[in-house]
This record gives sequence, C-alpha cells and structure tokens, in this order.
Amino acid sequence: MSSREKTLEALKKNQPDQVELPAITSYEQSEKDNVLQFKNTLLFIGGQAIEVNGYGDMITYIKEHFGEAKRILSTIEALHPVAEIKAHYPDPHSLEDVGLTIVNAQFGVAENGAVWITDDLLPARALPFITEFLAVVLEKKTIVPTMQEAYDRIGISDYGFGVFIAGPSKTSDIEQSLVLGAHGPKGMTIFLI
Amino acid sequence: MKNHPELAEQFNTDEARVNWHDETLWWVRTKRDRMSHALPEWEQLRESASQIKNNVLSNLSDYLIQFESNAKANGIIVHWAADANEHNAIVLSLLRQQGATQMVKSKSMLTEECHLNEYLEQNNIDVVDSDLGERVVQLAKEPPSHIVLPCIHKKKEEIGELFHEHLGTPKGNADPQFLTHAARLHLREKFLTRKVALTGVNFAIADTGEFVVCTNEGNADMGAHLADVHIASMGIEKIIPQRKHLGVFLRILARSATGQPVTTYSSHFKKPREGKAIHIILVDNGRSIHLGRPDFRNALKCIRCGACMNTCPVYRRSGGHSYHTAIAGPIGSILAPNLDMKKYADLPFASTLCGSCSNVCPVKIDIHDQLFKWRQVIVKEGYATSGKKVGMKVMNSVLSHPSLYRTSGKIGRWIMNHFPSVVNNKLNPWFRQREMPEPPKESFREWYQKNKKR
Ligand code: SF4
Repeated sequence: MSSREKTLEALKKNQPDQVELPAITSYEQSEKDNVLQFKNTLLFIGGQAIEVNGYGDMITYIKEHFGEAKRILSTIEALHPVAEIKAHYPDPHSLEDVGLTIVNAQFGVAENGAVWITDDLLPARALPFITEFLAVVLEKKTIVPTMQEAYDRIGISDYGFGVFIAGPSKTSDIEQSLVLGAHGPKGMTIFLI
Repeated sequence: MKNHPELAEQFNTDEARVNWHDETLWWVRTKRDRMSHALPEWEQLRESASQIKNNVLSNLSDYLIQFESNAKANGIIVHWAADANEHNAIVLSLLRQQGATQMVKSKSMLTEECHLNEYLEQNNIDVVDSDLGERVVQLAKEPPSHIVLPCIHKKKEEIGELFHEHLGTPKGNADPQFLTHAARLHLREKFLTRKVALTGVNFAIADTGEFVVCTNEGNADMGAHLADVHIASMGIEKIIPQRKHLGVFLRILARSATGQPVTTYSSHFKKPREGKAIHIILVDNGRSIHLGRPDFRNALKCIRCGACMNTCPVYRRSGGHSYHTAIAGPIGSILAPNLDMKKYADLPFASTLCGSCSNVCPVKIDIHDQLFKWRQVIVKEGYATSGKKVGMKVMNSVLSHPSLYRTSGKIGRWIMNHFPSVVNNKLNPWFRQREMPEPPKESFREWYQKNKKR
C-alpha cells in the first residue's frame, strides 16, 4: 500500500464524526475611519504612509528621498522620469542591486496595515522582497477594515502568487530587539491616493 | 538521556539568566495580551478558529484528497510521506534530481521533528537555515528552543561570539542591529546561489490547492522566489477548508505569537513560476494515529503560535531545551507522548496545570486537561518514575476525596476573589506572572447540586 493510501485509510478510520463548519461573521470595528486606522497601524509596524495628489507628488518624493538609490524599478508607466519601467524580469537574480521598487497594490487592510499584491502586479515575484526599499501605491478607497473583509474581496480570484505585506521586513530574534530589514526591505512607504 | 527535571535543573544553575529568560517571554506574552484585548471579537474569533479546526479533523481525509487534486491542477507536485524517514528521503531525491548539493531552508518545525538537517548532512548536502534565530542555533549546533523564537535562550553577547567565529564580525560586537545586518549579507549570498529552497507551511487550502507561509523576515520568499525548485513540507493537519477561513486564522496567529497585528509577509503560493517547480510533501508521521485518540486529538488543531510557551511558568523557568523534543512547552508536552510515550513520559509532568496555556490558545486546545490525562495514561502504562508517582499521589489524594476537593476548591475561589495578591505574588513561584483565570462564581459541582434539585 502506498503512503498516500496508508495515511488516508488511517485517517478515515480515526477521524471523529462529522463536525459542521461554523458560519463566519464579520465584526463591526470601533474605529470607523479605515484610512486613519491604516496609517496609524502602518506607523506602529515600522512603515509610513504619505498622502499624495498624483504621480507628480510621488516623483518629487522619490527624488528627494531616494535620489541616491542605485536602481529604481516600477511597473507604473507614469513614474518613468525616476524609474526603470518593465513588465517582466525573467531572471530574479538580476534584481539584487535594486534600491527602490514602486508597485501597485490591490487593496489595503486597516487593522494590520497590510496591502494585498498578486503576481500580475509584479514584474518578478522576488522583487518586493529583494528590493532594499519598497513603495506601494494604494487607493484610499480600497482599504477594508479587517482580514475578513479582505478575503471577501479576494473571493475566489485566481493568481499564481499573492502576498499580504505589512511593513518592512523585520526580526526580533536577537534578544527581542526589533531590527528592520532582516532579509527584505529596510523600509516601506505607502503612497495613498 | 536526561529528563525534564534534570535538564531544567541544569538551566536553573544561573539564576540571573533564568530570570532574564522568564521576563523576556513574559514580555512577549504581554504584547499578545495588548493585541487580544484590543479586539472585542477576540473570543468569537477563537471560537470560530476552534470550530473550523474541529471540522478539519472530522474531514481530514477528504480535505487532503481535495487539496491534492486542486494543487495538482495548479501545477504543484504532491508527495505523501508516511513518516520522517520517507519525508527526508523525498527531499534528498529532489535535491539529487537537481544535482544540488546545497539547500536553503526557512522555518519549518516539521523538518525539526523529522531531523532533516542531520539526515541531509549525512548525505553530504549543505543546509543553511535562513531564519535569523534558526541560523543562530544552527551555528551553535543546537536545536531551536522555541517554535517562534528559536534562539530566545541566547544572550546577544553569545550571538556576537558565534558570528565572530563563523561570519567574521568584529570580536566583542553584540549590537543586534549590527549582527542582523551581518546575517543579512551572509544569507543573501545563500539565497542568490541556491537552486533548491525548502519552506514550511502554515495553512493549506483544500478548496484552492494553494498554501500560505507566514514570516516576518521575508526569508521564505527570498528562498522560494530565487530557487528553481521550491519544496514545501507540511504536516497533514495544516489543511483548512476554504480561503476565507484565512480571514479568521491570520487575525489571530501573529497577535497570539508575537503581539503583531499580522506577520509582515503572508505569502500565498498557488502555482509555480514559469519553468520552475513547487513540490509539496504531505507528512503523516504519527498524526493519523494521534487522530484516533479522542482525549488527545485536539492537539492537532495547533497553529504553532507559541503563546502557550510564552505564558507557561514552567517553560519560562526551564527553557525550551529541557523538553528534549522538537516542539517544547505545553503543546510539545502533549504532542511528543503520541510519538513515543516512554521517551517523553516526563513531559506531561512538566506543568503546574495552572491552565494559562489553555486560556491563551487561539484555537482553544484543552492543553492542561490533556496534560493531566497524559499523566494518568503514563502512570497506568507504568512509565512514570517514582518521583512523579509521589506527585501524582498528592494530586490523587485531593482528587479522589470528594470532600477535600470541594473544600479546597471553595477556599481557592474565595481567596482569589478576596485576596488575589495572596496567590498572585512573588513568593509563590507557580503563581508568579500567571494570568489568573477569572474564578467562576460557583463550581460546576455547586451548580449541578443546585440545579438538580429544581
Ligand atoms: S497549542 Fe495553542 S497556544 Fe500552543 S502553539 Fe499551538 S495554537 Fe499556539
């Protein structure tokens, strides 16, 4: 008997009587202002939100704060004055020297400061991790209160890879001291439009 | 082999260090409290999570079959491993297929359970753990002492010394920021050069055939997205029915674990990149037998948040290594005897049965009840050592004399209601820093007596 059959047979024999799935309800949040909540939470987890009026503001901000960056990549055409625009990088190893990446997110989550990004928004899956700094463009009106509404929104949509990113990469493994930039980005900026 | 009391005694030779360990974990526990108290729906979320997991356990075989077929349709290659040996052999064969002699790995308690690293090393494969804490213990040639915080038992000076020896950092530098940066550079080179990456799995979704990996560092993603082959090792109990159930689990996992609203990365792997491969290994290793033990099967609901360890007065004061098993603390103490009752007979006794673990568990596992039940099974099977028999006797003399039991219960509740500081003070080590459960207004027995008469 294969291991598959052996395991499945043992499970069938040993699993308890059928227990029904619970209904999942969503819960009203005390903070009604999703944008405010998102900004506060993001700050708490080491990221920062910048309100902008358009791509012009973003370009100014990027020039001012990331003028020194070796390589700036984006998928957003309008950012071409400051960034290299490309839809696909077949070899992610070539992204090792990227200083800043700016991508779009599908939506944000107020309770935890996360943004949802699927691979159709990424020129390479590795990019939001390998880049030294990450910036994300997020429409304010897309911010949902909690992860429960987030999954309502994702629904049964298809993707190859999808990720919630909440702030910069971090670790507290050395005596519980928080350090940003463990392996991934050292900082995360969200442009709220 | 030394047992828990002996290993705990060893850990306790340096009192200042034990106090530090205790306080560090308690601090993590208080962060968890702040998060859970901020959500009015916390208890309802725990209840939902618990019920979803109950449903999973009752349908595990069907969910696995469903997951397998959906994952295959997504282009993921599915393997089944009956035990640790088979799991390890599958990993090795995948490495051989690639002609790889090196692998980068992110956190997976399952591979600790299977002793994968030792096995691969014996087969001349170089394995690098990429989670910072795991890299630290790997360099120190130790197992992780905590499932979420692998090197929580190490002082920064010791880590500085290890990095000086292995990564060439300046001697005497113990600055966490500096050391983390050194590890980043050291591990980045590994990520960029390894063709095979292994990760654990936090959740696998039957309905969609995708799986989710949660990290703060981004190490799982760095490994997986830069390698040609991504191997994901998963215990069969990690299945959840539908994607929307993540909405419940991701709300409670990181809050319970480290007091964060969510981990930095919650990565959903559904299909491999073009021209690359994802393999998933579904590992049984005793779980299907465990499921057949009605008193103990609930332990399979565990989502490995570590909250029960952070809150446990015994874990905090004895250290993870004293449990001599891959998963330490209260949950480890009820999982390990399933695999080997004799070898781990000491673990269910490594508890005060204070119940704090069950109070914090986000999926409502009856941890302290199971610890108590394991003690009875172990004594009955003749595996308890004489020392523990004495402890059991004391407990039995209380529990087997109904009048005594009633009185001590009543007095206990009265004291907690009127003089909470008496029990919750520094003189009583078992009560120190323990979250005292709200004392019930009346015991079940009193309630029953009253209601019976109606
Ligand atoms: S038993 Fe509960 S508290 Fe302990 S690690 Fe598992 S889920 Fe977390």
